[in-house]
Amino acid sequence: MAAFFADPVYMILLTGALVAAAGSLVGTFLVLQRNSMLSDAISHSIVFGIVVVWLLTKAQSGPLQIAGAAMTGVLTVFLTEIVARTRRVKRDAAIGLVFPVLFATGVLLLNLYARDIHIDTHTVLLGEIGFVWLDTMTLWGWEIPQAVIWMSLVTLVNLLFVLAFYKELKIATFDRQLAAALGLAPTLLFYLLLGLTSITAVAAFDAVGAVLFIAFVIVPPATAYLLTDRLSLMLLFAVVLGVAATLCGYPLAVAMDVSVGGTMAAMTGVFFLLAFLLSPRYGLLGHWRNRRLKVSG
Amino acid sequence: MLALLGDYTVQNVLLGATLLGVVSGLLGSFAVLRQQSLMGDALSHAALPGVCIGFLITGTRHLGWIMAGALTTSVIAALFVQLVVRYSRIKTDAGLGIALSVSFALGVMLLTWIQGMPNASQGGLDTFLFGQAAATRRQDLWFMGGVTLLAVLLVMGLWKQLKLVTFDPLFAGSIGLPVVRLESILTAMIALAVVVGLQMVGVVLMTAMVIAPAAAARQWVSRLEHMILLSMFMGVISGVVGVLFSATVPHLATGPVVVLAASALVAVSLLLAPGRGMLWSWFALWRERRAIGQRQMLTTLYKLAQHHNDPHYPVERSMLDSFYGVATDPILRRLHERGFIAPASHMRVEGRHWALTDAGYSEAEKVLEQLGMATEESA
Repeated sequence: MAAFFADPVYMILLTGALVAAAGSLVGTFLVLQRNSMLSDAISHSIVFGIVVVWLLTKAQSGPLQIAGAAMTGVLTVFLTEIVARTRRVKRDAAIGLVFPVLFATGVLLLNLYARDIHIDTHTVLLGEIGFVWLDTMTLWGWEIPQAVIWMSLVTLVNLLFVLAFYKELKIATFDRQLAAALGLAPTLLFYLLLGLTSITAVAAFDAVGAVLFIAFVIVPPATAYLLTDRLSLMLLFAVVLGVAATLCGYPLAVAMDVSVGGTMAAMTGVFFLLAFLLSPRYGLLGHWRNRRLKVSG
Repeated sequence: MLALLGDYTVQNVLLGATLLGVVSGLLGSFAVLRQQSLMGDALSHAALPGVCIGFLITGTRHLGWIMAGALTTSVIAALFVQLVVRYSRIKTDAGLGIALSVSFALGVMLLTWIQGMPNASQGGLDTFLFGQAAATRRQDLWFMGGVTLLAVLLVMGLWKQLKLVTFDPLFAGSIGLPVVRLESILTAMIALAVVVGLQMVGVVLMTAMVIAPAAAARQWVSRLEHMILLSMFMGVISGVVGVLFSATVPHLATGPVVVLAASALVAVSLLLAPGRGMLWSWFALWRERRAIGQRQMLTTLYKLAQHHNDPHYPVERSMLDSFYGVATDPILRRLHERGFIAPASHMRVEGRHWALTDAGYSEAEKVLEQLGMATEESA
């Protein structure tokens, strides 16, 4: 077991798989609610939270960072809703107005106060999954990479959230009015979901950075959406596809000697493209076949 | 400050910022009005692989080729989003997210591949992530100016069609305009703004430059022509302010400063723009509330007067307080200032009383008439 945790390859694969699994669990609901781009807004603006917490406490990871980032993520969504509610700008513009402010502020703070340190602007965007095994913590006598510990916890929390509120999430996603009428508090659930997305983003931050994280949240669920109509299957497919993308991405990245995180994220895109072309019911192939059937029938 | 303006580098940078403001203000106006703000986000991230491909073609940081590469991959991303949304059940938000994250991932792969190459001039490619305005050279400006000119000419040439497609695509289709093609052109043109911003703001924050100037300008004016001109102006202002500020403070990346300047303009516009500004509507709401309070008070006094068959019937303030559940003194004082009520004494031992004046009596009748509650019926 100790050898398992000491092996960089296993740790990189495990971290990647956990990022993909945790991201897909929340991402499925974001994609179905047509709020995919909120994950983009959140993952950019948590940079602000991470930098502020780091400046105040010098903590680079751990519970403080996670709490700070969760607050920043929820704040982003909250501010976006406020701007949209003025009805002076449309919702899409509101998203695009709020997160760049937080992100730009975070980057400027880094420029000013953290020039020669671990978190530079490069890592902020790209992450360094190749180095996650360097930063370890002793737990039950094993040296375990911090990223693995935090990602496991977050994945577990996301899984428990989805299992515990499966029915509520399902109703709130497909029929928000009904959920409200049944007293299921869809707004609270919405903010919980986005809070979990933020927590996932910050736990995954060291590994994949702010932008690549979006690929693990949106692309596997969107791929699964092309393959099934059942929510439970969509969740399962999304997790499996996300994990598969990270597992395929790693050897490819090593073979080409390029960014591991980038290749893992790009592989989710390859899977999507395959589903988009070949999915029997919802892909281009299905589209084309249905049209032919209609013409001949 | 003047010495700064005379500096050759600063002149270049200012010219670049001006071009960026013009092109992003122009094309952003269409994007914001067509609710395609986040397309700017996706397209700017999608420029990254193009930047790398442009570099790979020439082996140097030649801005012309880099812009050409970025333009190509951005337009491909835009077409990808349209294709996916049209031919599958994927909605626009997910389509944008996929295009954004996957093309950025490809860009990261290329970026690390280039960094692994034995080539001295590969350094500094990642300045395109956040922009590096200070590195702008005179020859770069020709490319940026050329793209800006192209955008301006395209919009001027297709002005009527683009305007119609933006505001009423159904009508545009009914009179035989090629709506889908025009919409694709407008979407792809966002990529033109993105590539002009590469050097100045970088790929990650260009999204704000597409949205912010246009969203700010929209608050002040309602005609498309005016909105575009104002949004260009705001784009130029935020570009110039951002560039000058980041040039005076060491170590600041230009992109974030430009973006914060543009966002500040949005905040000011949302609050202060005449007609649409939040401050004005809060003020109007407050005045309306106050007027309603006064009208309510007048009718209450009027009804009491009618009930007692005395047009100047004195009413005690504390009774009104408990009737309304709030302190009515401010309302009463303002009615007194307007000459609608006057202090009156009822019994000397008791508190302040108020009675309607003749003017107040007829004002109350007017209010009730406006509300459709004629005096005869209520009497």
